[in-house]
Amino acid sequence: MDAMENKRLQATAAKVRLGAVEAVYSAKSGHPGGSLSIADILTYLYFKEMNIDPKNPKWEDRDRFVLSKGHTSPAYYSTLAHRGFFDVELLKTFRKPDSILQGHPDMKHIPGVDMTTGSLGLGLSAACGMALSGKLYNKDYRVYAAVGDGESQEGQIWEAAMFAAHYKLDNLCVVIDSNGLQIDGPVTEVMSPLPFDKKFEAFNWNVICIDGHNFDEIEAAYKAARACKGKPTAIIAKTVKGKGVSFMENNVGWHGAAPNDEQYKTAVEDLTAILKKAEV
Amino acid sequence: MADKIATREAYGAALAEFGADHDFIVMDADLAAATKTGVFKKAFPERFIDCGIAEGNMMSAAAGIASTGKTVFASTFAMFAAGRAFDAVRNSIGYPHLNVKIGATHAGISVGEDGATHQCNEDIALMRTIPGMTVINPADATEARACVKWAMENEGPVYMRFGRLAVPVLFDQDSYKFEVGKGIVLKDGKDVAIFATGLMVAEAIEAAESLKAESIDAAVINIHTIKPIDRELITEYAKKCGCIVTAEEHSVIGGLGGAVSEVVSETCPVPVLKVGVMDTFGKSGPAPKLLELFHLKAPDIAAMAKKAVALKK
Repeated sequence: MDAMENKRLQATAAKVRLGAVEAVYSAKSGHPGGSLSIADILTYLYFKEMNIDPKNPKWEDRDRFVLSKGHTSPAYYSTLAHRGFFDVELLKTFRKPDSILQGHPDMKHIPGVDMTTGSLGLGLSAACGMALSGKLYNKDYRVYAAVGDGESQEGQIWEAAMFAAHYKLDNLCVVIDSNGLQIDGPVTEVMSPLPFDKKFEAFNWNVICIDGHNFDEIEAAYKAARACKGKPTAIIAKTVKGKGVSFMENNVGWHGAAPNDEQYKTAVEDLTAILKKAEV
Repeated sequence: MADKIATREAYGAALAEFGADHDFIVMDADLAAATKTGVFKKAFPERFIDCGIAEGNMMSAAAGIASTGKTVFASTFAMFAAGRAFDAVRNSIGYPHLNVKIGATHAGISVGEDGATHQCNEDIALMRTIPGMTVINPADATEARACVKWAMENEGPVYMRFGRLAVPVLFDQDSYKFEVGKGIVLKDGKDVAIFATGLMVAEAIEAAESLKAESIDAAVINIHTIKPIDRELITEYAKKCGCIVTAEEHSVIGGLGGAVSEVVSETCPVPVLKVGVMDTFGKSGPAPKLLELFHLKAPDIAAMAKKAVALKK
């Protein structure tokens, strides 16, 4: 992509991050760390890659996305809002009883959400079902999923990995948001799921390793996934948990905590600086 | 009436029968020969998906297919459908209220020789706690076919419970009418109301016959839909008979007995005695022998009915 487009995506991602942090701050709970690590990928998917129509969120032939790591809904909701599926003002209602923006994604009530997720390990299977249905009924849509590196400790992820390769779901592309941290500490200390590349290769997937914050690499990976026939693609994206907010970066404590007033102010300053730099 | 057919046989046959005119997908987890979805597979291989021995993935993948507007029947043994895959059923199918029909076979103690690990006596309890899940436990082949048809034609998640053991065909296909959530009064009576489900319906009919000799006029009501339960009919018979016996091939905790008790405790408190699997695991053995060992036969129901009648005094 050209430099202008790269900057434009960086600016959009900064807005997505600002919305995510605002949602968690408003709710006084939620998961900022993993939201910030997946924000660039979500931005690329919804603003460049996916064939979708915010005015017709249930369009039969749309591309689908499943946020298997459903707890990072703040970034997901912020992405959907900025893409026009619903009013960005709604982000302030995150995690409140009357809000459509429940703690974890709810396909029944949130425009743009294609699958209900939250209990880890289930979403990739659902994405497999969508992709298989597309194959069975000769639909051209593609299916995207995002799985956390900690989430991949769930056995059902590997049941789904087997299924996707067995049925040659080349219309399916999953990204592993490999930010290296989970609630109890580094994934390599809690229960190492590494190496991802060799595991997915062994499961007969097409595997691409990238920097999950570099839009050129993200684009190249999704293009390569489209070009790959006969196999599903796994993009192993090295990311930084808490990316963009200085005090949250690589800090396990920000997996599932909300910033206080002062911290929120700093977070907004950090992200606004990134936004301004991208908008120059 | 002399014919005996397992409800799982009727399930597989119904899928193959309705598959000719209806566009649905059938999934199984390496048990097509046992669940009888293999009959459908043979007829419509392009719409049959084997998931291998991975039930959680099957349920969530079924949800994914359903999210694209297709109806899915997902089959495995009750133990794995309701037990192992509970999280996937609750969160991928139940919470988004997707159009997945779970055909769970080999339910209850009548699995027989495979023993306790495969005898699921908890599935009704588990499935009926999921909001929006319809739970159906047919009594015979005719009712099994009818419930498959209903599930196919109606929106939302359904759990259908089928057995391995051949059981008497009680109902005539031409005259039988399935209404979801409605109990069927098979024999009216005034002294005790026996609510039965699944293969215990035939036992309850036999029990009521034997009670005549002791001048006890027992009503027999077939509850094929455990959820939504027929509150009106249960309340009506609680008032009319003054005592209740429930009969199910399931734990006495949380199944039909639990559901009936929940209703009458609110609408018309009367004694509710439960015939079912006591709070225990099953055993290996021939199914008919196990039904005797675990006190799931007509004489057990009759004895419980007499106790219930005595409690009224």
